[in-house]
Amino acid sequence: MKTSVFLGTLSVAALAAGFASSATLDDVKARGELNCGVNTGLAGFAAPDANGNWQGFDVAICKAVAAAVLGDSSKVKYVPTTSETRFTALASGEIDVLSRNTTWTFSRDADLKFTFVGVNYYDGQGFMVRKDLGVTSAKELDGATVCIQTGTTTELNLADFFKVNNMSYQPVAIQTNAEGEQQFLAGACDAYTTDASGLASTRAIFPNPDDYIILPEIISKEPLGPLVRQGDDQWADIIRWTYNALVAAEEYGVTSANVEELSKGTDNPEINRMLGGEGDLGAMLGLDKEWAKRAIAASGNYGEIFAATLGEGTPIGLARGLNALWTQGGLQYSPPFR
Amino acid sequence: MADKTTSAPFVRKEMLAPEGPPATQIGAVKWLRENLFSGPLNTLLTLAGLTTIAYLLNLALPWFLHSVWNAKTFSECREIVANTWGPDAHGACWAMIRERWNQFLFGFYPNDLYWRPVLTFLLLFVAIVPVLFREWTPRLMVAGGVVGALILWLSVAYGDAIPAGILVVILVVAGLLGRSGRKYPATLSWFTLIFPVLALWLLWGGSIWMSVAILLGFVLGGLAFRLVSPAGGLVFGATAAVLVPILWWYYGSEPFALALDRITGHGKPFWLREVRSDDFGGFVLAFVIGVSGIAASLPLGIILALGRKSDMLLVKWICVGFIEFIRGVPLITLLFTASLLLNYFLPPGTNFNIILRVIIMVTFFSAAYIAEVIRGGLAALPRGQYEAADALGLDYWKAQRLIIMPQALKISIPGIVSSFIGLFKDTTLVVFVALLDPLKGITDAVRASLDWKGIYWEPYIFVGCIFFVICFSMSRYSMHLERLLKREHR
Repeated sequence: MKTSVFLGTLSVAALAAGFASSATLDDVKARGELNCGVNTGLAGFAAPDANGNWQGFDVAICKAVAAAVLGDSSKVKYVPTTSETRFTALASGEIDVLSRNTTWTFSRDADLKFTFVGVNYYDGQGFMVRKDLGVTSAKELDGATVCIQTGTTTELNLADFFKVNNMSYQPVAIQTNAEGEQQFLAGACDAYTTDASGLASTRAIFPNPDDYIILPEIISKEPLGPLVRQGDDQWADIIRWTYNALVAAEEYGVTSANVEELSKGTDNPEINRMLGGEGDLGAMLGLDKEWAKRAIAASGNYGEIFAATLGEGTPIGLARGLNALWTQGGLQYSPPFR
Repeated sequence: MADKTTSAPFVRKEMLAPEGPPATQIGAVKWLRENLFSGPLNTLLTLAGLTTIAYLLNLALPWFLHSVWNAKTFSECREIVANTWGPDAHGACWAMIRERWNQFLFGFYPNDLYWRPVLTFLLLFVAIVPVLFREWTPRLMVAGGVVGALILWLSVAYGDAIPAGILVVILVVAGLLGRSGRKYPATLSWFTLIFPVLALWLLWGGSIWMSVAILLGFVLGGLAFRLVSPAGGLVFGATAAVLVPILWWYYGSEPFALALDRITGHGKPFWLREVRSDDFGGFVLAFVIGVSGIAASLPLGIILALGRKSDMLLVKWICVGFIEFIRGVPLITLLFTASLLLNYFLPPGTNFNIILRVIIMVTFFSAAYIAEVIRGGLAALPRGQYEAADALGLDYWKAQRLIIMPQALKISIPGIVSSFIGLFKDTTLVVFVALLDPLKGITDAVRASLDWKGIYWEPYIFVGCIFFVICFSMSRYSMHLERLLKREHR
């Protein structure tokens, strides 16, 4: 309700807009709160519980960053964003970081002037069909009716895939995931296509999950990751290395349970450097020594977060797959803390 | 001997009891024959209708009958249905509403502060009574008693001193005004005037002095008008009435509020815990936007309608331009402008409340439609009414206030209420600017939790029912008002 502040600053808007974005870290510290853009609701990635507390895979990134920067993982203001509002919210400074299952693409990186700081989930578009359809490969879907969300990249991917394979299909336009589930269950379409993670969580809540299969083909690359505005490299580094710390922590066996103990000193100098026992990596980011320790303590390392929100122990039941550590045949890889 | 008895003519001694009408001419059978089976076509249509109803009931009724009210997750619901009614049965899972009703109503408003929106809602009834009703009818008294009792209960149970204080003030002032002989709901109209700032304070919290400062701006504007207009005429008076409050809000209100705040401190009666706009959601949000929009768009609509019929060219073209532009653009475009485009123009970090922005846009949108509805009412008035006003020597504003507007508004009631109902339902569109409206925003958020993923119809039905109750009440009230104001054929 600071209307006078708003009016007063209007006059210097043009001046300030140029360089006001270069110190996100200072803004966040001064505010004492991280503004984190999340999905308005996507199972496993971001959803509020009965008490209004946000939880999920993307939300854990926000918590880790808040813990690293502000020392308290609860000092996050979650800003729900739709696919239409997310980029404007970030570009205008309404949010400091967007952690909302956003696909890293060339144009978003280069043209929209954002910096993707990493990939926290490697996703891809897949198909789900009823088992009694007798289809075992997406290449057999010629002439099928396909439920598809309009206005998304999945729609374009689908068109590409069928064109390349010389097949035809009948699209059934849907607006939301919930509507898609309903239509697919009602038999309005032979196949339902969306991101593989979405398919898995959708199938998991069906009355008879075993009656449906997810086809093996993944027809697109959807690397999802957090992003920030271009031009504030220090802030981008903070998010990037907070995320790297979570991945490295899993690699080195640092968990939320033992991080306190390990921070007192270990035989592994890399762990010591990361947790602040040796050297002063935090200062190079403009943070204190224990930033990574707090980030890991917030909701655990990458593996713990995955297991708690998406993993096989949850109803979504996603396997690690591409998101396993590089040491286990996946793509999750953190550059060295040195 | 002749047999006398055989030749005696028959004479009926008692009257026959009248026969009832034929079975086909009375009761349900007659009604059915006349209304449902009066001819081959109607019979056919009736049968088709009955089949459709039976088919729909067959689909939906088991689903309703198999409702589950107690469960923690959607899959648990399904299990209960399968265990009780067989593996193929479908059942509604109202347990989800039971678990998450608070989010549908309050969004993320802090749990321990729910009494504040509820109290504001109750006070809203107190505030609209003087606007909606002219006399205390027995039914109105009963409703007032219920609302008063609820306010009292809330104040005792939750609000400590604050709501009780509000209640005492209302009762005392209403009592004082009542003693001066006006025993009508209009005695409460002073409360209607302060309700907006009171609601602002109750919903968002913070210091009461900010609300007082805002209110003071209006008072100053009124004073300026009173002082300037006798000396400088209407134009200068109106200018002063607009300028003085703006200057006050811009320069005076904050120091004033801060100074008083420093004196009173963050003590109990003057300070409420602050709640951020992001925490607003569900029906609290729908009501905040809907009620503010309705309250603000009617006066704005009247001004625009008058402006459009004005002889002053500049005023006329501004009003025409405004109305045609706003009506020519979809509401969602305006909302996107408010939330996205504006962000590019404002300096980074500007905190221009998103709810306020949405309210402004919704108000503009609705005002443009209402202006046209009222213009229809103005056009329907016979020319003689204008001439009569002139003949009485009334100036423009007096003529509008006493003769033209009361009639024009009466004619426009159905159209205006339609606009209001439309506005209230349109509040759900704020989901596109990432505010959590009850219909889709909250529903999607709830559905995204693993417990309730896959649930589809239940939240829509729940929210739809609440919307129906509200919109139907508005519609019934407008019919009541039309009956009340009917003058022609008495």
